[in-house]
Amino acid sequence: MNYLVTDNTAGALRLEEIPEIAYADFYDLLDGWLADPRYHVAHYFALPSGDRMRFYCLVLDDAEGRVLVTSHAMDYYDDTALPSLTARHPQLHPFEREIAEHYGIRFDGQPWPKPLRFSFDRYDRRSSIDNYPFYTMSGGSLHEVNVGPIHAGIIEPGAFRFICNGEQVLHLEIALGYQHRGVEAAFAATENRLRQMCLAEAVAGDSAVAHATAFAEAIEKLTGRERPAQLDRERAVALELERMAMQIADTGALSMDTGYQLGQVACEALRTMTINTTQAWCGNRFGKGLIRPHGTDHPLTAERSAMIRKNVAEIARRYDEVRRDIESSPSLLARFEQCGVVPHEEMRRIGGVGQAARASALARDIRASHPWGSYGKCLHHTPVVEETGDVMARLTVRSREVAQSAHYIDRLLEIYEQKYGKLENPCGEPDYTTSLTPSSLSFGLVEGWRGETCHVVVTDAEGRLAACRIKDPSLHNWLALALAVRGEGISDFPICNKSFNLSYCGHDL
Amino acid sequence: MIFPKIRVLRSHGRQAIPDLDAVELTEKFRGRPELTFTEDTSEAERAETVCPTGAFTADPLTLDLGRCLFCGECARVAPRNVRFTNDYRIGSPTREGLVLHAGDTRVAFDPEQVRPVIRRCFSRALQLREVSAGGDASVEMELNATGNVNFDLGRFGIGFTASPRHADGVVVSGPISANMAEALEICYEAVAEPKILVMCGSEACSGGLFAESRAIDRRFLDTHTPDLWLPGAPTHPMTYIDGLLTLLGRKKRE
Repeated sequence: MNYLVTDNTAGALRLEEIPEIAYADFYDLLDGWLADPRYHVAHYFALPSGDRMRFYCLVLDDAEGRVLVTSHAMDYYDDTALPSLTARHPQLHPFEREIAEHYGIRFDGQPWPKPLRFSFDRYDRRSSIDNYPFYTMSGGSLHEVNVGPIHAGIIEPGAFRFICNGEQVLHLEIALGYQHRGVEAAFAATENRLRQMCLAEAVAGDSAVAHATAFAEAIEKLTGRERPAQLDRERAVALELERMAMQIADTGALSMDTGYQLGQVACEALRTMTINTTQAWCGNRFGKGLIRPHGTDHPLTAERSAMIRKNVAEIARRYDEVRRDIESSPSLLARFEQCGVVPHEEMRRIGGVGQAARASALARDIRASHPWGSYGKCLHHTPVVEETGDVMARLTVRSREVAQSAHYIDRLLEIYEQKYGKLENPCGEPDYTTSLTPSSLSFGLVEGWRGETCHVVVTDAEGRLAACRIKDPSLHNWLALALAVRGEGISDFPICNKSFNLSYCGHDL
Repeated sequence: MIFPKIRVLRSHGRQAIPDLDAVELTEKFRGRPELTFTEDTSEAERAETVCPTGAFTADPLTLDLGRCLFCGECARVAPRNVRFTNDYRIGSPTREGLVLHAGDTRVAFDPEQVRPVIRRCFSRALQLREVSAGGDASVEMELNATGNVNFDLGRFGIGFTASPRHADGVVVSGPISANMAEALEICYEAVAEPKILVMCGSEACSGGLFAESRAIDRRFLDTHTPDLWLPGAPTHPMTYIDGLLTLLGRKKRE
């Protein structure tokens, strides 16, 4: 067998269990899989161990809910170039670029051999983010527009270089790395598991719950202790609340960029209401501190549960009024429809995930394809899918997901109240001390509001956390934004950008 | 087409908080901690070892808000020594002011520590340029929220502006990543004198979780002195509003 089959609920894998195959076989295996739309790469990273470099790859099979794990290896100082898979499957580009940048591994025939995030421990220290090798075109009628790293609004930094013919964008290249603060290195540098949890929450502040859940899941698989089902329900409520808050915020942002003030202010108020609900539950508007391994510090009391249900119902009702208003305003539809189209096939080739992929008729949703926790048990999730792949489709996915999440929260809390309503803390206290299985690999795979969020944790022979490799859905989707604006007027860039709302810090780590 | 709009308007109602001074946050909100000395220091010592950022020390009993993530773990481990209140008034004009000791009942805000030029030039209007330098986007979202329909900071003539040339100062969020250090310096230099500098969020105040990371570069602070330090992970919009109004002398901290 060239690979190991597991799923999103199974326990940790022993490192020696994971097949280690020759790169030629690895190449053929992935080449075969990725030709089929049901497979995509969730994570692919290199990890040095002694004088060897081992490359782990996680591939998701959406049709059967399987997670396929395989690896290949080479000597640390071996400088043979590996044939690049990106040339045939563009979805691998961020992974190969990261490996090349970090460890100096060369990929032969890589069509886009550029640094990914200028990490502090990169192989080539002479490279600098100030000299990012932007693609250029020359021609009398072309001009370049550079934006960033500091943008006009209060958002994170990133450098965008447009090549335009008049008003029309021919090409956009996005250079990231400005937010790099060494998150992955910080995980391995500490044994304080609470600190690691806090780091997971700080990967991307707007997806704090998604990242914290992914990390907590990975850790829980490594301790081998059972997790109570009620904890899964709490986490699902938190995740869906986060999804509601952000989908509403982005509806507001799209409204702002089209000068639709009523929608903007209404969504601002509704987002405030949503995150204040989270705050009344756990004391933080972003849900930081809510997700902890094996237990919780903020139990869902009957009182809190009733408060959440009441607020969520009101938010969903009022948000639906905004949605109706958008759909009955021709001036808004004219801006959103057929703008920033990413066709289905393009989205599939670049490995798009999450709500952006679903707007291009690519039904990727971990809640449905690889259910964990409460998903697949008390919730049977059907992904929201739109066909057109334009800004309107991404907005529609958002608005339909708000209604769906509100329904899920109500359903989960109803079950919760019936089953555990009287108990003080049915989930128990968090556990930061249980030792981890040594020499193992485990992953947490969670559908955050942006999409598939994956944390892979590898332990060493003593059971210490040797590495935590994080993948934010933005890693896949930044390229989708660059493709979406091709052929559009440059003035439509803001609404294209907001319709994706990708994370800089989640990408840069 | 007008009816859906009327419906949205009717549900929206009036959202602006009429009196921001009267705002009380939910009981669950973790704001200013209160420290109590006990003869038995065993719990406090345990809290010191679990603190994810080294903000808490047992001997002497202190909590450095500039490093604190407000995770609340110290209050669970040492409930007799630490208690988090929902007081969001935790901005300080000095970095030392963020270090709380046993018995402190507020974060001090000494008007003497504020440069006179700030109140002379900016007390009636202040426009700031925000620079995110390695932040996790939560502080940035909270800063955006200060201008929204609920908090409506614009009512005080305070807001954000796109160009540093139009700004009266810079707000920094994030631990200052090495890759952003130069851009931050350029942006700050582009603001005309007199100008103010605000560090927003515990990551900006101390580096937070990334204080020891080799990917950050905080030399910016060797040459520039911030006028206001605002802790929080992320900083609550009310902390920001209260901090700025107190800095400008439009509010006193009793």
